[in-house]
Amino acid sequence: MITRRDQWTAYVVLGLFSILALYPVLGILGLAMHTKDDQITGFALPTTFSLETFQKAWEDGNFATGLWSSFIVAVAVTVVSVVLSIGTGYAFGTMRFPGDSIIFGVILLGLIFPYEATVIPLYYDLQAFDLTNTYWALILPQIGLSVPFGTFWMRAFFRSTPKSLIEAARVDGAGSFTILVRVLLPQAKPALLTLSALIFMYTWNEFLLALVMIQDPDKQTAPLGLSFFATATRAGDPTAVAAAAVIVALPVIIVYVLLQRHFIRGITAGAVKE
Amino acid sequence: MAFLFLLPALAFYLLFTFLPLLHTVWLSFFEWDGITLGHWIGLANYRELLSDEEIRGSFVHSIKLILYYSGVAVLIALLLILVLQRAKPRGLTAFRTMIFLPQTVAVVVVAQAFVWIYAPDGPLNQLLEPFGLDRQWLGDFGTALPALGFVGSWITFGLAFVLFLAGMQRIPQSLYDAARVDGANVWQEMRVVTLPQLRNELAVVLTLTTITALRSFDLIYNTTKGGPGGETRVPSVLIVLNAFSYGRVGMACAVAVVLTLIIFAVALLITRIGDRGEHA
Repeated sequence: MITRRDQWTAYVVLGLFSILALYPVLGILGLAMHTKDDQITGFALPTTFSLETFQKAWEDGNFATGLWSSFIVAVAVTVVSVVLSIGTGYAFGTMRFPGDSIIFGVILLGLIFPYEATVIPLYYDLQAFDLTNTYWALILPQIGLSVPFGTFWMRAFFRSTPKSLIEAARVDGAGSFTILVRVLLPQAKPALLTLSALIFMYTWNEFLLALVMIQDPDKQTAPLGLSFFATATRAGDPTAVAAAAVIVALPVIIVYVLLQRHFIRGITAGAVKE
Repeated sequence: MAFLFLLPALAFYLLFTFLPLLHTVWLSFFEWDGITLGHWIGLANYRELLSDEEIRGSFVHSIKLILYYSGVAVLIALLLILVLQRAKPRGLTAFRTMIFLPQTVAVVVVAQAFVWIYAPDGPLNQLLEPFGLDRQWLGDFGTALPALGFVGSWITFGLAFVLFLAGMQRIPQSLYDAARVDGANVWQEMRVVTLPQLRNELAVVLTLTTITALRSFDLIYNTTKGGPGGETRVPSVLIVLNAFSYGRVGMACAVAVVLTLIIFAVALLITRIGDRGEHA
């Protein structure tokens, strides 16, 4: 029995917190649509529609480079991590081998690893190989830290596929690799899309690793570029900082809006099976 | 055969995550400026860490941040769940999408948004000025840490809500019906039905949000950088400062090791409590 009052209470409370969640994002979007000479209040809608400030931020903050770097790094990390996680997920999900639970346990530790714990030696080790200030310094460690979640996620997927399917293919004489590629992967598309979306988001948004590894402005990722641009510009022109922030956030927000079910399924299913 | 599938991923994980962690532990026993030859000083970094006011204070700041990232966020999420016990609003998916949005925005971006919101002439002060409550939110000693704490609550409450909602949708309606027949009000339904059924989700949420709080580097570095007067300094900021500005790599590693141990301990502790509840 649902009363009107209960129903309206739910709308009001959910609405209120939805506004709270959206306000900072919409607020800087509104701010970015002004120029620095405008009188700006926090709640007025922009009266004119102007992309002038975006253009200024785009050029002054060198965001063509920043977005390109972030794109290369995020795509490389996502593709390699997903492919590798298919392998480990398949092994842990369908095979038994000596030491499997110990190795899986060691990989699971990576789920809660902070970059803070590894970034210092990584910096000196990668420097020794002349890899700091290159995309490799961002790509290699982030694959290392994405593989645990990927393994965990793909293992859950392979465990949920019916055993009979694998048995039937084996009776037909298919080897492990053929079973994976021909029988299991065609069904894995939703799981792979979810995993890709999450890894892409985490990689795109990463900041600490980029801050430590990259000094060369031509290799800066978008969040790193935003951080430097904000420090230099904030006092003089907050609208330009807001525009830069929107530029950096937009690619992930677009992916999120398109794939929101995948994001939420990935977070809920991934977290609760832990 | 299995090892062929494991090897590539395992190599990346060991080379770029697991071995560097051991390397951090090793370096924490050295006095090293990152350039010249370091020398072994045993546990001296850890002894200094325990006695140094600044470093101890940074861990205290982190614990306070947990109250906001974890405590406040969980309370907000439970309030949202509470009103959903007796309602079936349309467009729940749309609400969920909006409330989860903060989780997807880069923290560097979040930091810019809140620097603006908290600015002396920003939206928050515009709202509070008529009541004489406006102040320098990120500049005052007393308000900087709580102000950043609420940013943390903003980042994590959507995650808590989404996990609780997924858990709640698995609770059989019959449990609520039975409670209602017994005359339970919404609060009693929460206590008797919803909370016990969400025990696992609560454990996961507490773990994830606590870890997020302990790793607040992106937010602090892009807002206050630890100021004013060190009031918002947290271990992750000290790690980066010691390693790359003060030339104290060993000390930075010691702080990193302690932070990592705390994160592992928190994850283990909360998981244990969650498990025990399940068997009880």
